[in-house]
Amino acid sequence: MVWAERHRGRLAALAIAAVVIAVGVPLWWKTTETYRAWLPVAQINELAQLQLQLSVEVEVVFSKGTLTAEHQKKIPPSNTRQEEHVVDETTRLRYRYETRYRTATIMEEDALNQSTAAEADISLHMLSESPSGSVVIYVVPESSTVLPEGVSVYVGQRRTALLRAGGQMRVAVALKEVLASLETWIKQVLQVMSFSHGDITAALSDRVRPGDRSREGLADSMRAFKSSPGYEITFSLLNPDPTSHLLHWDVEAAISSYIQPLLSKMAPVANFSIDSQILYYAVLGVNPRYDPTLNAYTLNADSLSHVINPVEARLGSSAASSNPVLNFLLYVPDSRHSPLHITDHRRHTVPSNAFSSPRWGGIMVYNVNASGTELPVDVHIDMRRVMGVFLPQLRLMLGVQSAAPPPGFLIGPCGNAGLADWELDRLMWTRSVENVATATTTITSLAQLLDQIGNIVINDNIAEQVSSAVASLQLAVGQLEVGNLGLAMQYSKEAILQSERAFFDPSLLHLLYFPDDQKFAIYIPLFLPMCVPILLSLLKMASEVRQRPGQGQAKKD
Amino acid sequence: KRNQCYFKRSLNVVCTSRFWFNYRHVANTLSVYRSVKRLGIPDSHIVLMLADDMACNHRNPKPATVFSHKNMELNVYGDDVEVDYRGYEVTVENFLRVLTGRLPPSTPRSKRLLSDDRSNILIYLTGHGGNGFLKFQDSEEISNVELADAFEQMWTKRRYNELLFIIDTCQGASMYERFYSPNIMALASSQVGEDSLSHQPDLAIGVHLMDRYTFYLLEFLEDIHPSSTTNMKDLFKVCPKSQCVSTPGHRTDLFLRDPGSVLITDFFGSVRKVEITTDTINLTAPMVHLEDTRPVRELRTEIQTYMDQLPVAEIIHQKPKQKDWHPPDGFILGLWTLILLVFFKTYGIKHLKHIF
Repeated sequence: MVWAERHRGRLAALAIAAVVIAVGVPLWWKTTETYRAWLPVAQINELAQLQLQLSVEVEVVFSKGTLTAEHQKKIPPSNTRQEEHVVDETTRLRYRYETRYRTATIMEEDALNQSTAAEADISLHMLSESPSGSVVIYVVPESSTVLPEGVSVYVGQRRTALLRAGGQMRVAVALKEVLASLETWIKQVLQVMSFSHGDITAALSDRVRPGDRSREGLADSMRAFKSSPGYEITFSLLNPDPTSHLLHWDVEAAISSYIQPLLSKMAPVANFSIDSQILYYAVLGVNPRYDPTLNAYTLNADSLSHVINPVEARLGSSAASSNPVLNFLLYVPDSRHSPLHITDHRRHTVPSNAFSSPRWGGIMVYNVNASGTELPVDVHIDMRRVMGVFLPQLRLMLGVQSAAPPPGFLIGPCGNAGLADWELDRLMWTRSVENVATATTTITSLAQLLDQIGNIVINDNIAEQVSSAVASLQLAVGQLEVGNLGLAMQYSKEAILQSERAFFDPSLLHLLYFPDDQKFAIYIPLFLPMCVPILLSLLKMASEVRQRPGQGQAKKD
Repeated sequence: KRNQCYFKRSLNVVCTSRFWFNYRHVANTLSVYRSVKRLGIPDSHIVLMLADDMACNHRNPKPATVFSHKNMELNVYGDDVEVDYRGYEVTVENFLRVLTGRLPPSTPRSKRLLSDDRSNILIYLTGHGGNGFLKFQDSEEISNVELADAFEQMWTKRRYNELLFIIDTCQGASMYERFYSPNIMALASSQVGEDSLSHQPDLAIGVHLMDRYTFYLLEFLEDIHPSSTTNMKDLFKVCPKSQCVSTPGHRTDLFLRDPGSVLITDFFGSVRKVEITTDTINLTAPMVHLEDTRPVRELRTEIQTYMDQLPVAEIIHQKPKQKDWHPPDGFILGLWTLILLVFFKTYGIKHLKHIF
């Protein structure tokens, strides 16, 4: 009887142990698991190795007199040139220039026979429209008068350039030599109008930690804002002396006439929101010094850096978005400190009377003649002059670089919008590369982070965003390869938005860390009281089984 | 050598203690805040987190002031303090969210640390701490591993160029033991096993005003001006054991540059770079004046009246409200049932006739 009860007891203990191990442990494991949705890790690792190919379509048009008849018959229809660069072990670049050669049509010849390069440029535009990202170069004979003396290349408003055939073209006999001498000029034109290797490596700075660059290189890269899907621009009028000056500025009309065309043209690159405000009793915070030689007050370039901080606190900004803010301030000095001039390091007055701070904005000082017996004096601010200063500052801030062109180049005026098409193309090349670089680093670092810290919950929406970011990135890289600049820019913007949203999702903060001693402190009171009896009974059973063969033998005897 | 002038400065100063007797922690934080503002960093780049309001505390004999020197010499509260996270908003979660940038989209700009890969960040923490943790609000704590992981997340997302971490708590050196991301320099007011001590009490206010380490740090910073060339090695010498009683520590192995070449103003102050504008555009097109396209508002014809501000009629002539009958509450019922049961269990059912 006792044996039957003990047997039942042993079976019960074994059954409980079996249930605990077979059902309890998997249940506990499953319920304490962190939910991690599936991420396309393989594709992300592929993106870590970035191989970018940038394709530029170049069309070279030979006008009458640049090529001999037999050369004209032998021109190859197209030519492809490739440049490979290795930036670092994970990033490789390939530039592909697809050049097509043809002779000019009669209408183009007529257009090229105009008296000045600017007129020729305008007539050429009316004939054809070149797609975004491409460059058209018209080769004119050396004797042509359309280009002024000493100028070899004229860069137009759209995507065309006029190139004067050099002396080597006359001397060279073989077509190959002619084309080779042309190549050097074409390379220079493309570096100005499309992109140079320096621009692209600067745009990749998110992926590649830049080494010690030259001071100028660093200044250039720090001046423009980083690529962002949107920017906010604020125009502020500072009137420290409302009792003397009653200022009128028609900023709405000025913005819509001069600034808005530029921003509308840049719509593929980013969204812009503009607002304006007037601040009264806002002082500069730096006391200007009176200069008797100029009979005016002066602010030296060294003291300009202390001007911005006290003013910035009063400017305010749209709190809702985290887009970068560009501030443009127009300061009308008070009557006691009028007129006020800005002097540079060599103590010369600056004609524009304005200065800018990289990645912040610009300030212009506008002097008024408050001569009038009745105070306050009505002042109508000449917005054309003001916008003539703010517009180039805006162009600088947004990254439309007007770097010094190589010798022999003449850059034409930028047209009504304040931005030439090739400048926009140039910006789009660097921005799309920058966006692709930033998005790839974001996605790869997110994947690495989630791998490293095993306790973070990955929700479904994050996995979705990561997948769509990866898809957009692949599309953007594909479009860059083919040379569709507009589509590449669009996809790269989408990729950045989605990757940033995925990385900065607020839900990724959960369950960062549980120290081991806290884990034990939680589990021991729950599991120990249950496990101890089971373990002890199992141990007892095991010791009995070991003793039983000995007992059986003793019984037999 | 890269020119550090081009790097933006950002700051995160945090005080983690509540209650009046932790006055000194708020004073610590505000003195560091004041010094960096004096050296040129604007409020838009500073995230200031104060866990309790000392200036307007009921026990403050001089309201709207927070003093850092006894005899009330220096009011560090000033009149342009911008506190971004105050009171109960200072939690471990919010602190980590600010550092990693994982804030909800509705968070305003002033509550975000808008830094990028060209920012030098200074983080100053003060409060009560222990070996491997820092206490927040007397109810939760942040561990050194969490802090190290947060910095690693900042590094992978390129949210900082260089980071200076200063902590003034007991056993502060334990908080920087676990850092593993590059370009971090850390200073602490005491080693593991030591306590950081407070400086001096003020008898009028009745509490200790500052901690020793921050007091001498503040003295050191008062000598710095925006163009000074003092470097980090001088900062490491602040508050030796003779003055601080505890041994301040520092950690520079993760930092890529030599500490002797790092200027104090690389983190604490900033002078904005300015460039004179030389290009102008001659705009010839005339301005287009916009038509006023706003619709003419029609005159409203309905009479408008104010709402009844004080419903006197309802207050004075109140009839007693008809109260609906509710059965007695469960608690009362349960209590009586329990008493009855106990009675009958003790004395037996035969006593029932004595009840009815």
